[in-house]
Amino acid sequence: MIYRSMYGLPAWSVYRPHRDLDRMRREMDRLFDAFSGQGENRVSAGVYPLVNLTEDQENFYLRAELPGMKAEDLDIQVTANSLSLSGERKIAQEGNGVKYHRREREGGRFSRVVTLPGDINAEKVDAGLVNGVLTVKIAKAEAAKPKQITVRH
Amino acid sequence: MAATDSKELKVREKQEVAHPAEQTRPGVYFTPTVDIFETDKEMTLLADMPGVKPENLSIDLRDNTLTLEGDIAPKDGQKEETIYEEYTSGRFYRQFSLSEVIDQAKIDAQLQDGVLRLTLPKVEKATPRKIAVRTS
Repeated sequence: MIYRSMYGLPAWSVYRPHRDLDRMRREMDRLFDAFSGQGENRVSAGVYPLVNLTEDQENFYLRAELPGMKAEDLDIQVTANSLSLSGERKIAQEGNGVKYHRREREGGRFSRVVTLPGDINAEKVDAGLVNGVLTVKIAKAEAAKPKQITVRH
Repeated sequence: MAATDSKELKVREKQEVAHPAEQTRPGVYFTPTVDIFETDKEMTLLADMPGVKPENLSIDLRDNTLTLEGDIAPKDGQKEETIYEEYTSGRFYRQFSLSEVIDQAKIDAQLQDGVLRLTLPKVEKATPRKIAVRTS
């Protein structure tokens, strides 16, 4: 529901007040969910990995926590307005003689696509994996960047 | 684990924890997911602590209580505007009480790709001996 209202707006980044309202509504939703015990019902797409998406004038920034992943186990592809993230988190076998007290860490495959709220320049995408946190910097397409309009006297 | 039999990874929300001491700095604490296993000679603990740099990790063992605390760097990109946020970053905190007697001088810690590997060798007398049963 929220996604539709976000992405349904063409050139929606112009509508700053709407976005602030959206954000506020999401925060309120989260609070209500927390109080009513439906904490799982968040904006989260429910697909691994969870991502945070931010932007500035020039770029989108996508971040995800992927502890223990190596760059070579990660596959990132971009199209005109989406980014797909897939890979496999491998948990190494620890030999036969070991006895486990706790086993909470999980390995497995994942594959996720994130739709970006504007067109991007697929040639200028830069990804880095530092201390288990992935940061993908995605340049916006020229047409999607906000333009400063000078008012003539 | 071979690629063929690996399963699909499911989303797991990070678990927030209350730090026992009152905090002077704002921010939330999360409990890292861990694997703990042992062999006859040592215990090993693996903890997922994404975003923690080696210099910001503190490992403390006293009175058989092991405390892990990982600090994260302040969010980069302060000038960026959030479009959506599915996870929150925060510091990591978790305590364990260790039943085995650990040789404190030989503890080894490695932090790589956001995963801590802590090796806790047992002192000699704590390594299990095979007990021969005498027959009378």
